[in-house]
Amino acid sequence: MKEIINFKLNGESTKLDTEGDRMLLWVLRTDLGLTGTKFGCGENLCGACTVVVGKEAVRSCQLPVREIRGKEVTTIEGLAGNGTLHPLQEAFAEHGALQCGFCTPGMIMNAYALLRKNARPTRDQIIQGMDQNLCRCAAHKRIVEAIESVAKKV
Amino acid sequence: MRKDSSGLMEMSQPTPQRLLKRRDFMKLFGGGIIVLFTVDVSDLFGQASRGRAYPTDINAYLRIAEDGEVTVYSGKIEMGQGVITSLAQMAADELGVSLESIHMVLGDTELCPWDMGTFGSMSTRFFGPALRSAAAEAKGVLLELASEQLKTAKDKLSVQNGVVYLTSDKDTRVTFGQLAKGQKITRKLDGKAVTKSVSEFTVMGKPVIRMDGVAKVTGKALYAGDIRLHDMVYARILRPPAHGASLKSADTSAAAKMPGVTVIKEDNLIAVLHPDPEGAEKALASIKAEFDVPKPTVDDKTIFDHLLKSAPQAQERDRKGDLAAGEKSAVSVFENQYVNGYGAHAPIETHTALARFEGGKATVWTSTQTPFPNQQQIAQALGIPPENVRVITPFVGGGFGGKSSAGLQAVEAAKLAKISGKPVQVAWSRAEEFFYDTFRPAAVVKVKSGTDSAGKICLWDYQVYFAGSRSAEQFYEVPHNLIRAYGQWGGGQVKAHLFATGPWRAPGANINVFARESQIDIMAAKAKSDPLEFRLNNTSDKRMRSVLEAAAHRFGWKKAALPSGRGYGIACGIDAGTYVATIAEIQVDKASGKVKVKRIVCAQDMGIVINPDGARMQMEGCMMMGLGYALSEEIRFKGGELLTKNFDTYELPRFSGLPEIEAILVKNDELTPQGGGEPAIVPIGAVIANAIYDAAGVRLFQMPMTPERVKEALKGM
Ligand code: FES
Ligand code: FES
Repeated sequence: MKEIINFKLNGESTKLDTEGDRMLLWVLRTDLGLTGTKFGCGENLCGACTVVVGKEAVRSCQLPVREIRGKEVTTIEGLAGNGTLHPLQEAFAEHGALQCGFCTPGMIMNAYALLRKNARPTRDQIIQGMDQNLCRCAAHKRIVEAIESVAKKV
Repeated sequence: MRKDSSGLMEMSQPTPQRLLKRRDFMKLFGGGIIVLFTVDVSDLFGQASRGRAYPTDINAYLRIAEDGEVTVYSGKIEMGQGVITSLAQMAADELGVSLESIHMVLGDTELCPWDMGTFGSMSTRFFGPALRSAAAEAKGVLLELASEQLKTAKDKLSVQNGVVYLTSDKDTRVTFGQLAKGQKITRKLDGKAVTKSVSEFTVMGKPVIRMDGVAKVTGKALYAGDIRLHDMVYARILRPPAHGASLKSADTSAAAKMPGVTVIKEDNLIAVLHPDPEGAEKALASIKAEFDVPKPTVDDKTIFDHLLKSAPQAQERDRKGDLAAGEKSAVSVFENQYVNGYGAHAPIETHTALARFEGGKATVWTSTQTPFPNQQQIAQALGIPPENVRVITPFVGGGFGGKSSAGLQAVEAAKLAKISGKPVQVAWSRAEEFFYDTFRPAAVVKVKSGTDSAGKICLWDYQVYFAGSRSAEQFYEVPHNLIRAYGQWGGGQVKAHLFATGPWRAPGANINVFARESQIDIMAAKAKSDPLEFRLNNTSDKRMRSVLEAAAHRFGWKKAALPSGRGYGIACGIDAGTYVATIAEIQVDKASGKVKVKRIVCAQDMGIVINPDGARMQMEGCMMMGLGYALSEEIRFKGGELLTKNFDTYELPRFSGLPEIEAILVKNDELTPQGGGEPAIVPIGAVIANAIYDAAGVRLFQMPMTPERVKEALKGM
C-alpha cells in the first residue's frame, strides 16, 4: 500500500509516495538517487548503510521508510555544507582513513552521531561506538585517529 | 582528480580494438602529444595469460592534450590500494607537473589498452617503471619543442609545474599547453628515456593525501552499483542451495503476477527483474523451486584428510643437498602438520554490475580487478565479438583477489540486459557473495626439519598441499632442503575442492609463512634459544637481517628463551620481492581462550618507496586484516552447502580488536620498487601463533586460532 511520507532529507522537505515497508536504504539509493549510502550485508551486521535519523545513527537497510515520517534524515551527501567539508570528512581524507572507501560513508555517519552525543569521547569510547561498523580494508587505525583528531578540536 | 571512467561519457567513444592501431590515436583525441608504452611482465607470466598473450605492443599511454592537460590511460583499477595516487605521483614527477594536474583513466576497455588485471602487487613494480619512462619521454618531446620555440639549447631549459622556462630567466617561458597546441605527435617508448634518480624526486617519495579521498568522504565516488541509467531494472537470480545441486523444478507463476516484475527463464538462468531491488527480492522469494542436492561427503572438519587424499603430483623447488644426510646430521628432528580452512575475501562491496545492451553492443559497469579478461568472458557469453563489449570499471569497493575471477555477475547482467532489452543491475547479496566467492583454498603443510648440535638448521623437508609455494622459499641457510608443492591455490587440474578457489591477498603465502615460522620457533624453543637470535643465527640474508633488526629495535625486543610468558611473537618472510619482519605482543585469556593482540610492529624493505604514506597505509591494513585470518575467519560448510552466509558467522577484524600498530619502512634505495599491497599480511598468522606459545606454552597448528581452539590446546597441557 502506498502512503505519503513527509520528512526532512539533508535539511530539505521531502515527500515520498511509496510503500511504507520499503527499507530506507533502497528508497535513498533508487528513488532519491543518493548512492553515497551503501549496501554491505542487509542484516544490520556491517554499518555500510548508516545514516543519521534525528540524532541517532541508524542502519538504513533495516529501517522501513514509514518510520522516518516527520523526522530529519542526514546522509553522507548532506554532511558537507556549502562546499566545505565537514570536519570529519576532512579528517578522514587527511588521515587516509579509507582505502577502497566503500565503508567510509557509513563510518563517517556513525562517527558523526557519536560526536553529536559526546563531543569529546575517549579513545575507548570511539572504539566502542564504532565497533559494529566493518572495514574490510582494515583502515581501523586511521579511522580512530581521524575521529580522535576531530574530537580534540571541539 | 577526475575519474572519467566512472562517468557516463560512453556514448561518443569509438570501438576499442581500433585504439591499438597507432594512427588512430590522433583521430580519437585530436592533437597533442601521446606516448605509448609497454609493461613487460612476460618474465612473471610466460607467454600466455588467461588465453591471451600479454601484448608486447602498447600497454598504456600518456597524453598531453592541446590545452596541456595530462591524462594517463591504464587498464589497472583502483580498489583501495592507492594506485590512482601512486601512478599519478610517478607521472607528475617525471613530467614536471603538479600532482593535481594528472588525470587518471583506469579500467575502461574502450579507452585503455589491454591489461591483464590488477593483482599480485604488480602495479607499482611493473607498471610504474614503464609509466615513469613514458613521462620522461614526453618531457623530452616537450623540451625539444620548447628549445625550438624559445630558440635555446635544451640544456639551458628547466621544467616546473607544466611550464618550460629559461633556467637563467624565468620570464622566458612556454607552457605545456602552448607547446602541445597544434601538435600531432605519437611516440612509442623505446626504452631510452632517462628517469629521475631518487635524489631528484620532488613528488615521488613524499607522503601525499590520497587523490580519491575527497570523492570517497563525500559519497560522490561512484562504484558499479551507483551508476544509474534511464529505465534500468534490478535483478535477483534463483540460486541453488548448495554447490553441485541441480534444479528439478521452478514455479515462477506467483512472481509473474506481481506488478512490475519480469521473469526471465533461459537455460539455467532464472531471474526476476523489477525497477526496485526490494521488488525483485520479493519476486524471488515467491519462486517455488526444488533442487536435487548431492549427499555431503566432506565438511570443514574432514576437508584436510580429503585434500591429502586428492593431492596431485608435487612440483619441487629449492632442492639442495640430500634429505637423508640432513636427517642423519640432526640431533633433533621435528615433524609437524599445519592446516588452514577456506577463507573468504568478503569485500564490503559485493560483486556488482550494470549492463546495457543496445545495437548489438554491450556496455558493462562492473566491480572487477580484471576488466579485459571480463570483456572476453562477456563477449563469449553473449556470442558477440569482444570489440562490441565495453567494460568500465568505476571505483572498486575492495577486491583482495576476489574480484579477479570469472566476472560472473557481469556476465549475468549482460545476458539479462540482452534478453530483456533494459539496462540490468546485478548486485549480489551477502549470501551470494559468500556462495560464489573464489575462496582462499583450505590447505595443509607438512614440515620435517632438524637442527644440529650447533643450533643450526640442517634439514628442511617441506610439503605444501593446495596452497602453492609462494613465500615458502628458503632464506635460512639449510644444507639439505626440499620444497614440494602438491596442487596450487587455484586448484588447477585436480578437482579436490567443492568450491571455486582463487587468489586471496598474497595467495598461499599466509599458510606457508605460518607453517615455516611456527616450525622455526619450535626448533628455537627446543634449543632454548631466543627466537630472534635463532633466526639471525640461521640466515645471512642481508635484507632479512635488516628488517628483523629494525622490527626488534622498534619493538624493544629483549632476549629470552621460549616460552617467556611475555606473549611476544616474531616472524618474517618474503613476498612479492619485499622483505618483512613482524613482532607482536598478545595476551591469552586462559578461561575463554580469547587472544588479545596488544601491539604489532612490522618492518618492511620494499626497495624504493614511491608513496611512503600509501605504503604504510597498506602495511597497517595488512596487519589488521591479517588478524582476521589468524584469529577468526573461517568458512563453515557441509558438502556443497555453505553454512557461512553473512558477517555474523564470518568474523572480520573489528575496532575492538585493534592493537597498537607500527609500520616501519626500512630504506633501500638501491632496489626498484617492490610489492607493497600484500607482504605485511604474510607473517601475521605465524606471529600470533608464536606469541600464543610464548604467552601460554601451547602451540596451535590450525588457523584461525579461535578461542575454542586455544582452549582445546590449553586443556592438553
Ligand atoms: S547493509 Fe545495513 S548494516 Fe550492513
Ligand atoms: S575502506 Fe574498504 S572497507 Fe573500509
